[in-house]
Amino acid sequence: MQFWIIQTLNSLAMGGLLFLLSAGFSLIFGLMRIPNLAHGGLFMLGAYVGATLLGQSLPFWLAAIVAGALVGALGVILEGTLLRRMAGNEQGQVLITLGISFIIADLCLLSWGGDPVPLAAPRGLRPPVFLAGFAFPGYRLAVLGFALAAALGLWMLLERTRLGAMIRAGVDDREMARSVGIRVSRLFSAVFFLGAFLAGLGGVIGGPILSAYPGLDADMLPLALVVVILGGVGSLPGALVGSFLVGIIYNFGTALFPDFAYVILFLPMVVMLVVKPTGLFGRAMR
Amino acid sequence: MAIDALVISEIDSFYGDSHVLHRVCVTLREGEILALLGRNGAGKTTTLSTTMGWLKPRHGSIAVFGEQIGGLAPENIVQKGVALVPQGRRIFPSLSVRENLAVAEIKRKGGNRPWTMERVFDTFPRLRERKSQTAGSLSGGEQQMLAIGRALMSNPRVLLMDEPSEGLAPQIVAEVGRIIASLREEGLSILLVEQNLELAMTLANDVVILNTGRVAASGKASDIAADQEVLDRNLGVF
Repeated sequence: MQFWIIQTLNSLAMGGLLFLLSAGFSLIFGLMRIPNLAHGGLFMLGAYVGATLLGQSLPFWLAAIVAGALVGALGVILEGTLLRRMAGNEQGQVLITLGISFIIADLCLLSWGGDPVPLAAPRGLRPPVFLAGFAFPGYRLAVLGFALAAALGLWMLLERTRLGAMIRAGVDDREMARSVGIRVSRLFSAVFFLGAFLAGLGGVIGGPILSAYPGLDADMLPLALVVVILGGVGSLPGALVGSFLVGIIYNFGTALFPDFAYVILFLPMVVMLVVKPTGLFGRAMR
Repeated sequence: MAIDALVISEIDSFYGDSHVLHRVCVTLREGEILALLGRNGAGKTTTLSTTMGWLKPRHGSIAVFGEQIGGLAPENIVQKGVALVPQGRRIFPSLSVRENLAVAEIKRKGGNRPWTMERVFDTFPRLRERKSQTAGSLSGGEQQMLAIGRALMSNPRVLLMDEPSEGLAPQIVAEVGRIIASLREEGLSILLVEQNLELAMTLANDVVILNTGRVAASGKASDIAADQEVLDRNLGVF
């Protein structure tokens, strides 16, 4: 019983973290039609910056938000300078994001060294929480709660504001969105900031579970890709459901079938690509 | 002499390497409807796409009330007062009816009776009933009305309509026809691409017929409609 409960909680906490990572990835993918291959790098950069800020004895949540904002600002600069120059050349843009990811990885290695840098969870959340006779790791519960709150906030932004409706219009039909007067290039900046902010924030929040280490970017990026393929490109509900699916499949899969650890995530992805290539919540884009 | 609403002058357009439009000229006068006719592949939609800025003309010029718009981006062309009701409607399927209209709103100074969401709902009461529904769940006719309403939300001076009757039931076609006529009554200038010859000839003041990317005939709708030889040669089945 303890096994099932702990694995479930681990799955949900991982799902919550993946949502912070993949919500922005999915929106950028949906609007700009490119997978931002630097997204894992932005997550890792957030973790490292967060570790440094925590070292300056900033409170944990403040450190997470500051790190997220710094990474978000970097995202806007990268989009406005490098990606915008390649407007219309989607293949070129993808290659640029790959190049950026290498640069971020090397600069992190240069600045923070090759050893994992741990991030301490907020003091109040370190002791386990006892519920119905079971001990739950308090921080993982908090991660889950935070991710759900972020999902709600994002949902409000996308579904209840004019900016959100414009972003969704751009995901539905970019050419038509421009033809009704929506300045899609401004949406690119807004979505890139949002996506990079969430990735950086996620890096700090994931820090106490994952630490910051070289290769964290390459570990996280494929997970975001799987989430988006399962959930559907450009869909917020898709990113949420996809994240929890990946969290559950990954945790239970590796615990129950350790021999299949390497394929356990990619099997459902392949099935989805065959059965419903647009993902659970995705639509064909034009 | 009054300035014409839309003057397309000697444009050449390409899809990649394929040369689609050859020195096409179209002049739409203010407050009139000009029907652009031709067989499939004649270049009608390409003419509208070039006017809306989806394609850049490699030759020639496009002017709206004397102001050059050729080569501008679509988001700037709509600011100049051009709006498009595209082929296949292309409403934003995941947005609600209300959101489809809201994202397209452009307020302009002056002008009597500007288009607002309320006015679109007064014109298309069916849309008001479904304003909170996602646009993807509407019927074909309702989607067409939404596409027209969305174009009107930018308070255009020139309206480009690409086959508004396509795939609609006959009574809805008649309703769309009445709406197009009433928009002209208000002074809107309309460039209408239409396969439905009867509808086009009923509505249009002038007609331009394209054949394989070139202007094959142009003139008053009544004259062209009476010229069976021109119709057979350019619109008839081979």
